Amino acid sequence: MADVVLFEFLHAEMVAELGARDTDPGPGGQKRSLSVLEGTGFRVGQALGERLPRETFREELDVLKFLCRDLWVAVFQKQMDGLCTNHQGTYILQDNSFPLLIPMALGLQYLEDAPKFLAFTCGLLRGTLRTLGFQSLVTSSVATLPACKFQVEIRKS
Amino acid sequence: MSRPAHRRPEYHKINKDLFVLTYGALVAQLCKDYEKDEDVNKYLDKMGYGIGTRLVEDFLARSCVGRCHSYSEITDIIAQVAFKMYLGITPSVICNNSSRNEFSLILDKNPLVEFVEELPAGRSSLCYCNLLCGIIRGALEMVHLAADVTFLQDRLKGDSVTEIGITFLKKLDEKKYRRKK
Repeated sequence: MADVVLFEFLHAEMVAELGARDTDPGPGGQKRSLSVLEGTGFRVGQALGERLPRETFREELDVLKFLCRDLWVAVFQKQMDGLCTNHQGTYILQDNSFPLLIPMALGLQYLEDAPKFLAFTCGLLRGTLRTLGFQSLVTSSVATLPACKFQVEIRKS
Repeated sequence: MSRPAHRRPEYHKINKDLFVLTYGALVAQLCKDYEKDEDVNKYLDKMGYGIGTRLVEDFLARSCVGRCHSYSEITDIIAQVAFKMYLGITPSVICNNSSRNEFSLILDKNPLVEFVEELPAGRSSLCYCNLLCGIIRGALEMVHLAADVTFLQDRLKGDSVTEIGITFLKKLDEKKYRRKK
């Protein structure tokens, strides 16, 4: 769908523009860039959360399943490939073929840049959860492109 | 189990909203980073240019448009095919001069501003949709056409319509030829 392409191109430009903002090559610079991208995703996630068809969630796990199915399909046209939990508020969401990572070369050489391509989506998840009533911390990791994992820790208020 | 998620019609709208919301968040971030409207406008144009240079390939692959023989044909395609394909709207086209290289796209509806009521305070010179100008400029350059693309009128600034002006400059290869002399 054409709309999807527009978002993907916009996301790539945002990573290039906002993600390279700090000339400080040290870890401090990178952190700031990642947090800007994450913050942008958070805002969008909050707004998207209000637009998603609401369901009644019997328990926390249902919310995460909702993210893995409904949110992921709405945004990325596919479902999350795996979800596991320790039943104590931590969830690992696995996507074996994350669309925003696919344009990067497959393999290990662009692993360094991968966090920049995942920051927005981490924020998106955190923002959507916020609108659904949950405070959380969302981080990501990549072992082999284009597969990645999102770790969601639900914060007890 | 619940019905398959991808069949729900609400998701198409969410997908459109995703681009519009992300764009809004981007503009907000750029406004935080840059005090001057001109700087925000410049970055939106620059980012649009980057998108345009790649979007044109996607467009050509999806649309299979044939070779164009005039600037007028090209502008019609931008309005009737490209805008329709990516934003779901069809701006009307006006030719502004007799040499037929200056055109205006009149946008009656603009999905990019769906969630924007007015420009932020103190941002009266902000060209909120400047990304579009960069996209058109970048796409045209990839097919070897140089053009100036700017907002001539903007509803968000109080004008009655939103108007994008496209001025086709000399073709790039002609410029090179003149310089060699």
